[in-house]
Amino acid sequence: MSKSTHEIEVEIRNPEGLHMRPAMQFVDLANSFDSDISVSHQDVSVDAKSIMQMTMLAATCGTRLKITATGADAGQAIQALQDLVENKFSDDPEAAVSEKEG
Amino acid sequence: MEIRKGIAVSPGIAIAKPMLIDSRDYRIPRRSILQSNRAREIQRLRKAFATAISELEEIGSAQDVKQSKIQDIFAVHMRFLRDRSFRKRITDFISNELVTAEYAVSTILREIASHFAGIDDSYISERAADIYDIEKRLLIRLLGKRQEEVDHLREEVVILASDLTPTQTAGFNRSFVKGFATEKGGRTSHTAIVARSLGIPAVVALGDLSSEVPPDCVVIVDGNRGVVVIDPDEDTLKQYDQYALQMTQFVSKLDELRELPADTRDGTHIQLMGNIEFPDEAQFVTEKGGEGIGLYRTEFLYLYGGQEPTEEDHYEAYAEAVRAVSGKPVVIRTMDIGADKLPHAGWHANESNPVLGLRSIRYCLQALPLFKTQLRAILRASVLGDVRVMFPLITNLQELRQAKMILRDVMEDLDEYAVPYNAEMPIGIMIETPSSALTASLLANESSFFSIGTNDLIQYTLAVDRANEHVSTLFSGAEPAILRLLRSVIQDAHKAGIGLSVCGELASDPEFIMLLLGMGIRILSLAPPMIPEIKKVIRSVTIEECNQLSRKVATMDSHRQIKNYLRDATMRILPETF
Repeated sequence: MSKSTHEIEVEIRNPEGLHMRPAMQFVDLANSFDSDISVSHQDVSVDAKSIMQMTMLAATCGTRLKITATGADAGQAIQALQDLVENKFSDDPEAAVSEKEG
Repeated sequence: MEIRKGIAVSPGIAIAKPMLIDSRDYRIPRRSILQSNRAREIQRLRKAFATAISELEEIGSAQDVKQSKIQDIFAVHMRFLRDRSFRKRITDFISNELVTAEYAVSTILREIASHFAGIDDSYISERAADIYDIEKRLLIRLLGKRQEEVDHLREEVVILASDLTPTQTAGFNRSFVKGFATEKGGRTSHTAIVARSLGIPAVVALGDLSSEVPPDCVVIVDGNRGVVVIDPDEDTLKQYDQYALQMTQFVSKLDELRELPADTRDGTHIQLMGNIEFPDEAQFVTEKGGEGIGLYRTEFLYLYGGQEPTEEDHYEAYAEAVRAVSGKPVVIRTMDIGADKLPHAGWHANESNPVLGLRSIRYCLQALPLFKTQLRAILRASVLGDVRVMFPLITNLQELRQAKMILRDVMEDLDEYAVPYNAEMPIGIMIETPSSALTASLLANESSFFSIGTNDLIQYTLAVDRANEHVSTLFSGAEPAILRLLRSVIQDAHKAGIGLSVCGELASDPEFIMLLLGMGIRILSLAPPMIPEIKKVIRSVTIEECNQLSRKVATMDSHRQIKNYLRDATMRILPETF
């Protein structure tokens, strides 16, 4: 597979922002891909695989983040991270979906 | 050369290379490393990370943690420890600045923490506490290495530290540690107590010692004058060598007294016993001419090793001490620390005034399994010699009765299993609170003996914390209030015909010996190294002189006047002590 770069903009919509659990989920998910993934907010860009850097990003509810992935699995990575953010980091996908529908 | 003044807490002179122990509050001094040691420091860091991760895995998998919110916190810590860019910041700092791993950890993590703390989002600013926690965990690993180095000393050193925890002090290889010098602490801090009981010179409360100590220098610890000399010049060193020699001669002259009885000139025998903390000190008591152990502090069993001691841990320690004094009495004091000091008690309450809090016998009466374990071991050891048990911090009759009831319960348990013990084992109490001193006549009816703990008695009576520099000058055993309490306790004990000793620090203060004898004390228990000197005082006086002195002191109304009078009297009989 060839290297590619994918990019997407998401908005953090869970009320607590990228707090403890969401931040861990986000970092864990990013780490499951081989691609280099960065997250930027305004002019700050950090490594999505680093909990330290993600915490420093201080992404609260309403923050718009640009996620950029470069690598063989960049497409999947972006898709997965987007799903995570849009499902408001819910542990329970069913509940997230029904919330979305409702 | 740098001369520092502190508080002398254990006499003697030590001249040796310094060994710096990083402090528990982890103020890590900047230490440079050689270019060639870079890889080694990074390797140490890697190891510290690996150990920290496996520790967290273990803690996190414990059932009670799994079900609680704490699990999230551990999970966050784990992700930080696995975060490559986080680790890289630390390794880069080591490489670029050429500093030790612990300094890099401390610096970088504090940077990150203060960055987090400054962010205007309570969730993120709270993460600063996690970073400090991670810092601590890593530093324990890194400094643990240092602790090991201390355990494996091959040359004589003096220990320089911010303050020493009981565990640290207990862990030293004592044949190589020649002196202690600490930034903090007071006369009753652990460093002081341990140093005194081991006969190692110590000076505490020296203030900041972290300023550069040259690598190959020598440090003098002068435990007589409370002075520490870092990197002394040749003249000073020579002077101190001479001084140390004189001291040794004085001490060896005192050692000649060993075989002689502690009798006053008019033939009254005074029983001198030793205070110990470790079982192997019992030998030392005998060597110094002590007649048994008047106070065996058992706290170290709880503070060393990080786990609650088993009955066997207790028993082995007691058996060793009892055997070492071959038939002479051993007074074992039950656990005498606060719940807050017990690493395994799971005690998290925040006591605003721990000295008046859940500690000592109060804690034991609540933590029955812990108390019973110790009592079982004491009872089992009671058949090995003349073992006596003593309860600390008794404030009223109720507590004594409760403690005795629990002891009887344990006896019944032992009966059931036909485990032998001495059913007649004497049961005594510490008189160390004003309330017990004032009700001594009641307590005497149900105790076999009293031992007066002067340190706490003074602290509680005068409401003074001696470790607090702002009020420490108010701490004095010569206060009329203290002397009145002592007199009344002594009278009550004599009336009831029970045993009575003084085991606090007054018993090892040469200036107080005549007064104590004059007031009627015949048994003293003190730090073993002080036994010869106190014996010399005793052998130089008559009971009649002591009685006169005591009567005279009773007419005086200020501690200053009393103190001066006692000093003059002692100086007349034993000029070389001063």
